[in-house]
Amino acid sequence: MSSTSDITTRSAADLGAAIADGSLSSVEVTQAHLDRIAEVDGAVHAYLHVDADGALAAARAVDESRADRRSDGRISPLAGVPIAVKDVVATRGLPTTAGSRMLEGWIPPYDATLVTRLRAAGMPILGKTNMDEFAMGSSTEHSAYGPSFNPWDLERAPGGSGGGSAAAIAAFEAPLAIGTDTGGSIRQPAAFTGTVGVKPTYGGVSRYGLIALASSLDQAGPCTRTVLDSALLHEVIGGHDPMDSTSIDAPIPGVVAAARRGDVAGLKVGVVHEISGDGFQSGVKDRFEESLKLLEARGAEIVQVGCPSFVKGLAAYYLILPSEASSNLAKFDAMRYGLRVRPQGVDSPSAEQVMAATRDAGFGDEVKRRIILGTYALSAGYYDAYYGQAQKVRTLIARDFAAAFEQVDVLVTPTAPTTAFKLGEKLADPMAMYLNDVATIPANLAGVPGMSLPNGLAEDGLPSGLQILAPAMRDDRLYEVGAALESALLEQWGAPILTRAPHLATMEATR
Amino acid sequence: MSLTAEVVDYDDAVARYDPVFGLEVHVELNTATKMFCGCATGFGAEPNTQTCPVCLALPGALPVVNTMGIESAIRIGLALNCEIATWCRFARKNYFYPDMPKNFQTSQYDEPIAFEGYLDITLDDGTPWRVEIERAHMEEDTGKSLHVGGSTGRIQGAEYSLVDYNRAGIPLIEIVTKPVVGAGERAPEVAKAFVATLRDLLKALDVSDVRMEQGSVRCDANLSLKPRGAQQLGTRTETKNVNSLRSVERAITYEIGRHAAVLDSGEAIFQETRHWHEDTGVTTSGRPKSDADDYRYFPEPDLVPVAPSREYVERLRATLPEPPTQRRKRLQQDWGYSDLEMRDVLNAGATELIEQTVADGASPAAARKWWTGEIARRANVEAKPIDDFGVTPAHIAELAGLVSDGRLNDAMARQVLDGALAGEGTPTQVADARGLALVQDDGALEAAVDAVIAANVPIADKVREGKLNAVGALIGAVMKEMRGQADAAHIRDLILQRLT
Repeated sequence: MSSTSDITTRSAADLGAAIADGSLSSVEVTQAHLDRIAEVDGAVHAYLHVDADGALAAARAVDESRADRRSDGRISPLAGVPIAVKDVVATRGLPTTAGSRMLEGWIPPYDATLVTRLRAAGMPILGKTNMDEFAMGSSTEHSAYGPSFNPWDLERAPGGSGGGSAAAIAAFEAPLAIGTDTGGSIRQPAAFTGTVGVKPTYGGVSRYGLIALASSLDQAGPCTRTVLDSALLHEVIGGHDPMDSTSIDAPIPGVVAAARRGDVAGLKVGVVHEISGDGFQSGVKDRFEESLKLLEARGAEIVQVGCPSFVKGLAAYYLILPSEASSNLAKFDAMRYGLRVRPQGVDSPSAEQVMAATRDAGFGDEVKRRIILGTYALSAGYYDAYYGQAQKVRTLIARDFAAAFEQVDVLVTPTAPTTAFKLGEKLADPMAMYLNDVATIPANLAGVPGMSLPNGLAEDGLPSGLQILAPAMRDDRLYEVGAALESALLEQWGAPILTRAPHLATMEATR
Repeated sequence: MSLTAEVVDYDDAVARYDPVFGLEVHVELNTATKMFCGCATGFGAEPNTQTCPVCLALPGALPVVNTMGIESAIRIGLALNCEIATWCRFARKNYFYPDMPKNFQTSQYDEPIAFEGYLDITLDDGTPWRVEIERAHMEEDTGKSLHVGGSTGRIQGAEYSLVDYNRAGIPLIEIVTKPVVGAGERAPEVAKAFVATLRDLLKALDVSDVRMEQGSVRCDANLSLKPRGAQQLGTRTETKNVNSLRSVERAITYEIGRHAAVLDSGEAIFQETRHWHEDTGVTTSGRPKSDADDYRYFPEPDLVPVAPSREYVERLRATLPEPPTQRRKRLQQDWGYSDLEMRDVLNAGATELIEQTVADGASPAAARKWWTGEIARRANVEAKPIDDFGVTPAHIAELAGLVSDGRLNDAMARQVLDGALAGEGTPTQVADARGLALVQDDGALEAAVDAVIAANVPIADKVREGKLNAVGALIGAVMKEMRGQADAAHIRDLILQRLT
């Protein structure tokens, strides 16, 4: 790995410890990542905006407070470790576009709660990562600013909508990143890039400052390269926020302790029959089954579980999401911020004409498609047939989960049916793109937590992901099982999976 | 189609048609902060100074419910004899409007916090009437557009528009009546009495400033006509922004006449919103409002459901004040006012002032005389509300005391009131400073009486002969001698002692 420095390949946990004991400074760590970004982001396009000055200033502040021994109280284990943030999260003073022309150049006057917590933990923010416009998509090809590229194969998509965050982690352009997951946008990109992604329990991380896609489904969470790193970040950003009415008013489960424990002995691991691999890519299916054996070898009991409603999840999701999105995106109307377009050929346009022209110019095709879908699904006369039915399916899925968790401690599935597909391959076929989320969506509909971790390489040499699901508020179980499987796989491979990525060592700014 | 239909004579209209009306009353709550964020709600602040990411709907901002708003909603519901929901949700009402930041209004749809109630009212002649309440639900206000450059202040012809979002997010309660049927020719009167009674109730609850002129109570009136005796309701129109008690009565009266004219001409009533014009006393066509209006309501996913516990609701019920109508009956009885006197008091809006003045020591008769007489008259001249006129119940009680103690007569008391209003101090201080006091020294008075009798022998003789009417002239002369600082009744006694 000639072009990655020793610093950028280390885990966030290691970097945090090194900064804490003084063997590395935060400025060194931050600069190493900025250098790496300068080197490879031309090829990867993980970032929409890099804030070198802000990140280095935050790093210096951490280093100084440590030098003066001024800091008191509890210090985050991630203090001084830099992070990338998905561009759907509001960052005070830093452009935030949600991947849309609609918000080009918009600089929020406030921080999302999770950003406030990152800053309070002393974590420099490297920049904002690329994403599908308003988090709609499964490939990051719907970004108004061009796609991100999968560091494993630059011809391929890094997944979506959080492809930028996942690619940044996979290409060592950041040790940690923030993603948001509405139907799998943290987990599916993690699977495509050989990284770890966690969607916490709904309400476990504040949504205040996340540009809403679908309020009842959105959840921010960690994108990392190791299970322990995810746990450390989860602890920083999680916990109750009075600014978010749906935020859970209870302590975060002991995720860091669970990640350090990493034990599955005596645990019952349920394989969801309906998404256990039928119709999935053969290599994805094979790696999944091998991992079940690894878990079994470590003392877990593997149980087949039926969740019959899961097959209806995709349809319900693609009604609920566009319905909420059509309403959430109504605020982008050219009145207060962002783009304003004067309609052509009209002398004194009405407010409605300005709104319409702006929305026409500012939103991409996928966003328009979903706004139209959602408007239709909510409209009088169709509400009961569509939105209302979808909510009933949602209830059935929650019941399936409840019944399953009566029998087992966690559920597992492959994260996505395939490995990373080629850019452009599914753009013309929205349904094919939507089908990629079939395994991840049920967790969002039910509000339960989920993790995707690298599960070996499929027959095409690309990473596949394994998904772990746990009951609501039991995020700790994801980490317990995830860490156990991670260490079993590491034993098997002898090195982290990213060392197998063919392009990483020689990647250059060719694009 | 022509919308300038003639108006049929009112008596003629109600002789042939039964009016059916319903009211939607929007009440702005007097919470210190907005419904879904911590911004201040003060009236009249500089535009856009009372805003934040939440009420401006900046990307990512989320609402959090103001618990004081919920409390006020429940208290209003209870005072309107409503059921209080044990579980309810906010909903999004989706439509685009430049002064609505989110382009949906956070409101309540099929799950209002209060429903199925009633309000008993009394018409001017004492007729009782019960108006049934459909629901009372919570929602938020929108911002306010200002259209600049046109001659009318309307968007048509304006050069540009400015939007003030200070009001966006201010908590509102919308109270919706069931259709009021059977009021006949008294429909406008019932509507007015309902709004008046509701306003008094809201004031007593202390949940709103109830200033119609500042828009803190806004009223929309639905009206339809059906031929006398018919069962099926007619097509309705909704008249917006009827913002005074008198307008409620006038707007409904006008619409009854207009509907009758349209129906008489054989045309159909067009379902639409109409705008009330206070100055000209007519309504004009607004926008068509069909049943196909589609707000795409759905439960607001950013807010958790509201589930007030029974104990909480009962605790709030215990905070309800005595209903204003009941209270008035009790006070009238306590004070011994006639119906006519009590109506004067109500018309003057002086109930609370009198109550406090009596509590401060004045007699009910004196308190009524001052507040509904001299003060109401002066306030009327200056077009100010009497409760904000610069004189307090304590002042009036003190003034009444000076009169009843014999220190001042009425004319002097009015001068003292002038001084108090001019900021010269309390009534006693004003009387002292201005040297106003009845002459208590009988020696001086008797000297004056003797002098006047001596100077007016022919008049004195008339009195001696039993023509007591003539004594007035003597009293006047003595009063003049005393420069007004004497008690006329006492002078009369002294004169009559001498002459009879």
